[in-house]
Amino acid sequence: MSSSKQPASTSFKAPDSSRLQLDEQGRLRHFLTTEGLSKDILTDIMDVAESFSSVGNQAVKKVPVLRGKTIVNLFFENSTRTRTTFDLAAKRLSADVINLNIATSATSKGESILDTIRNLEAMHADMFVVRHSASGAAHFIANNVEPHVSVINAGDGSHAHPTQAMLDMFTIRREKKEFSTLKVAIIGDILHSRVARSQIHALNTLGVKEVRVIAPKTLLPSDTDSLGVHVYSDLRTGLDDVDVIIMLRLQRERMGAALLPSEHEYFECFGLTEEKLAYAKPDVTVMHPGPINRGVEMDAAVADGPHSVILQQVTNGIAIRMAVMTLTLGQNKVAG
Amino acid sequence: MDTDLASIDIEAVIDIMANKLADQMKRRRIVEPLMIGVHTGGLWVAEKLHQKLGLTKPLAEIDISFYRDDFTRIGLNPQVKPSHIPSEVEGEHIILVDDVLYTGRTIRAALNEIFDYGRPDSVTLAVLVDRGARELPLHADIVGLELDLSPEKQVKLTGPAPLALETNRN
Repeated sequence: MSSSKQPASTSFKAPDSSRLQLDEQGRLRHFLTTEGLSKDILTDIMDVAESFSSVGNQAVKKVPVLRGKTIVNLFFENSTRTRTTFDLAAKRLSADVINLNIATSATSKGESILDTIRNLEAMHADMFVVRHSASGAAHFIANNVEPHVSVINAGDGSHAHPTQAMLDMFTIRREKKEFSTLKVAIIGDILHSRVARSQIHALNTLGVKEVRVIAPKTLLPSDTDSLGVHVYSDLRTGLDDVDVIIMLRLQRERMGAALLPSEHEYFECFGLTEEKLAYAKPDVTVMHPGPINRGVEMDAAVADGPHSVILQQVTNGIAIRMAVMTLTLGQNKVAG
Repeated sequence: MDTDLASIDIEAVIDIMANKLADQMKRRRIVEPLMIGVHTGGLWVAEKLHQKLGLTKPLAEIDISFYRDDFTRIGLNPQVKPSHIPSEVEGEHIILVDDVLYTGRTIRAALNEIFDYGRPDSVTLAVLVDRGARELPLHADIVGLELDLSPEKQVKLTGPAPLALETNRN
């Protein structure tokens, strides 16, 4: 039983990244996790993202702020959507971008991660955007880079996915304006979800009224008490009076681990339909990080319905990533 | 010096600027200019000018933080504001308004940002104060007040109500 709670590929310790990601002046130097970051820093990220949102309206969709910087997207695990938005964010900031799919590159020839990093540093990279199936990978790299290099975590194992969490916070703020009155429900595979962990930390820091997680017992982590959430295993009860619903993607690869009987049964109990949506507030906002498994996590009618902000999340994701890249690289320069 | 600046009637200076602008627009046969104020002081001045001139097109605003030339030295100010510029800058006659013209670097950044929205037909620069000590080859078309200040003196507009000039030594 305990082995099912560990992702198979964990080889780094999921660390306390909160200190490593701030410089001596308490400003963001790396962005590895939302855990331990102050409300002020999270608010700064959203404020800067708000300013970057207007860049998409320009005829020339670019600002020169990171001109001359080199950003390396280091993806040890595939993710087309996340990589595309990081790529686009860097290009809108006028940075030069290199996309490396390490799964198909040097490490398969036996090169260690550190050798890869040293080589890229020798090519004068200024930032690494790291995606890895092992928890703690971005932290490990941040611990080993030169002082002028920043690291952004684009998802590490089941540990954290802070830019996804922040684009969700940004989307909520744009929809609801104020966090303090909100009841937010996160639904799905909480156990394996780095997104859920990062969201829960951010929501609590930003001071929402209540965070709920709704999931089958097999998909709940053992430490829900310490996370500061209310746990529900019945969807209708959990949805009562909520302002925001965040659906998680059900990773099909987890199905094999016998944690779930079948997709059909999951949809019966935890799939979001219009009928179940009626238990939430009338102006409820429905979010999903994508890609959606229609008919598994939610009905197509809900995904495409008036409450859904799924496509706004994608647009907001670019602005949030621009903000994090600019803040980390900007603060970094002062020391150098 | 400080007391002199503080006693200046900013409203009256902006009135003079508005008259000069109206003359120039007439001379150049510009009917519906697009006014853009530079955050934050320039926007305060622009709000007054926009009202006094009775312009029909809504006032646009620009924050040049992402276009500054000193990002690699001082990083980003998180208090950056969104720019609100209509997407059809193409073919517009723009009046760009700032509070204090000093090195010219802010205006350089503002021009670059405007041109990323399109190709305006013309840009007229109006400033409340020209304090000299330019570092770039730029000049203002409309100047409210010319001051001859030593380089270590800083002058800044406080507001929005009332608008006043203040200097501080640092």
